[in-house]
Amino acid sequence: MSNAHDMHRPGGTPAGIFSGESWGEWFDRHSRTFFIAPAVTLILVFAIFPTFYSIVFALSRVRFTADGLNFRFVWFRNFEKQFTGNEQIHFLGRVSTMGVFGWIFFLVVTAAVLWWLYRYLRREFWWPGFVGRLISSFAAIGIAYLLGSTLLSGDQWGTLLNTLFFVVVGCFLQFVIGTALAFLCSQPISGKNFFRVLFFIPLMITPLGVGYAFKMVLDILGDSWQWIPFIFIVMLAALENVPKDHVEAAQVDGASSIQIFREIIWPQIVPVAVTVILIRMIEAFKIVDLPNIMTSGGPGIATESMTLHSYFLWRANDMGSSAAIAYLLLILTVVVCASFFNYVVLGQLRRAK
Amino acid sequence: MSGTSFKFKEADRNLMERLFEAPAIGKMSPVAKVVAYSMLAFWSVFVIFPIYWVVITAFKDAAAVNQGPFYIPFVDFQPNLDAWRVHVSTDPFCDGYAVVRQFGLLIYNTVAFILSPVVEIAPMEPQICKLYLAFTNSLVISITATILCVAAGSMAAYALVRIEYKPKFGNIVMFVLLALGVILATSYAGIPWYVSSAVALVLFFLLARTLGRRFKASLSNGDILFWMISQRILPPIVIIIPIYMMYQAVGLLDTHLALIIIYAVANLPIVVWLMHDFFASLPVELEESAQLDGSTRFGIFWEIVLPLTRPGLAATTLLTLILNWNEYLFAVFLSTAKAQTMPIMVAAKNAGEKGILWWEMCAVIVIMIIPVILMAVVLQRFIAKGVLLGAVKG
Repeated sequence: MSNAHDMHRPGGTPAGIFSGESWGEWFDRHSRTFFIAPAVTLILVFAIFPTFYSIVFALSRVRFTADGLNFRFVWFRNFEKQFTGNEQIHFLGRVSTMGVFGWIFFLVVTAAVLWWLYRYLRREFWWPGFVGRLISSFAAIGIAYLLGSTLLSGDQWGTLLNTLFFVVVGCFLQFVIGTALAFLCSQPISGKNFFRVLFFIPLMITPLGVGYAFKMVLDILGDSWQWIPFIFIVMLAALENVPKDHVEAAQVDGASSIQIFREIIWPQIVPVAVTVILIRMIEAFKIVDLPNIMTSGGPGIATESMTLHSYFLWRANDMGSSAAIAYLLLILTVVVCASFFNYVVLGQLRRAK
Repeated sequence: MSGTSFKFKEADRNLMERLFEAPAIGKMSPVAKVVAYSMLAFWSVFVIFPIYWVVITAFKDAAAVNQGPFYIPFVDFQPNLDAWRVHVSTDPFCDGYAVVRQFGLLIYNTVAFILSPVVEIAPMEPQICKLYLAFTNSLVISITATILCVAAGSMAAYALVRIEYKPKFGNIVMFVLLALGVILATSYAGIPWYVSSAVALVLFFLLARTLGRRFKASLSNGDILFWMISQRILPPIVIIIPIYMMYQAVGLLDTHLALIIIYAVANLPIVVWLMHDFFASLPVELEESAQLDGSTRFGIFWEIVLPLTRPGLAATTLLTLILNWNEYLFAVFLSTAKAQTMPIMVAAKNAGEKGILWWEMCAVIVIMIIPVILMAVVLQRFIAKGVLLGAVKG
């Protein structure tokens, strides 16, 4: 099957076509390449290459000139601008003095993170694992500091916290409601199929339409309206996979519905649950349609996500900053999602096996 | 319900017990039933109301929208077709004949093209209703992108299940370095992109064929799969600016092809992820016997494997189609006029000085969601069968 094997076929030449071999045979001989090449090429050219290209934008001052773009290398000036310069309020919020609640929150989170690291070091030491945990800890402490010094001290917060707010609150709401609905629909009720189709529909509708319908309420609500069906449908399938006889045995023993859910159903669906939250989180970081249509990020920047922030900077022809924000979003997404995947999802999957 | 269901005697129980206890295993108590149905009813209203609101707003006029919320047509307000007529009155080509004229135009231009060596006939400028153009654009782009995406994705997924790949780690590092070299040379040294990328490509193949054979460390199929699926984490905003520049360099901006390619790439991880699971659950014996009979690998894939995974393939295709249909961010960056899609038309109603033209916007949304709701009913059937569940578990 491997290339090396083909090479040593009697009469074979390493390249080109065998004598007497038709194009079809040549094609079949190289099928292992042709099967995977389209997908790999598409991803390499249109995802990986642009990701690297984006670094150049993020590290340069980009100008439009008569003959195309003009790049001037400015090191990390664009990133610096987001954290300390004139974009600081937009990105991070107004970081001034920390109030009492801010300090308490920050210290509690820091203590918890340090305790978590200490426990890991007591248990084992594997340096990639330690470095990963160190990065996660820094991110957590940084976000806690930001949260403490803006939101909890009554100051304005920026697009970074907006994005995280969308992700955390949105995912939590959607997961709870979606699972509750799935649990309801897995109960013996009539009209199950009708409710299923009905609850599924919002997922299909253009986010822009949702944005309009929820204009008066809240982005989070609109996002939830659209994505609860996704969680609903997956959790419903998971609930229906739970063996019926376990549940019925517990019912015979006189367990209440809440007990049954907690003791029997929940442990069996938790691997699916954490995975679905991960998927939802990944998508939630990219949110752009809803805040755009509903409020254009306003009032002020109160609902502006990082994607939208980057988009506005692009519209203002500040490509360097735009790419820098996009990169920061990528880093944030990867750190948060990888942390969640490593510490929560993998743990649950391992326990399930 | 399976299993034995035994009943208490009614006389043994007082009213409270009868209200709160399930009459039998696998049944619900009356109180639980009331609670469950009221919650379901509440959620149904929550789901339906926004859709209902959009639909009725599409039949309101400016006054009915601005004077406050009116909920019931014919009672609160008189529904009319203003929002729909606007598309006709502001767009002279938007009438009942838009479709026919477009076909006529197509035929005329084709004939003109065929006859062009003989007689010079000027091709007719497209005189087309914007809404119709956006709708057909959306249709063409999302369907073609879905086909491309599902074809490339399922082929890769199948290959990752059945064929063992061992990409050399050193080759990957080499590719990354060469890509960085191309980027740096193009943006800072001013070398044309086609020169630098051609040189890099030739260099890569030469080095991979010579130096690449010496590398020892290699990755496995699992790594490739993880790499492909993890592309979904990449926020589109990161790649959108370079993609814009790349398309500009090759003159692809505002074309169908540009959107088709980028939509396909954006949804490739989902297709690979879902299809990998279906292919992995197939028994290998069928394919082995077909291989003994002398079928080619593509023949096996096309004639045996794909028909066996038809339900999964259908679900994946529909899911991708809907994601493509609703895609907004790439469209807003990469299309300006000719390749505009429906979501852009919706968002465009927000751009004027008059504020948001709710009623017109809702008319567009209604046109947009009708096909999708039809698909939802079909798709739900597939997805409920644990299509997504299987993938989530794996």
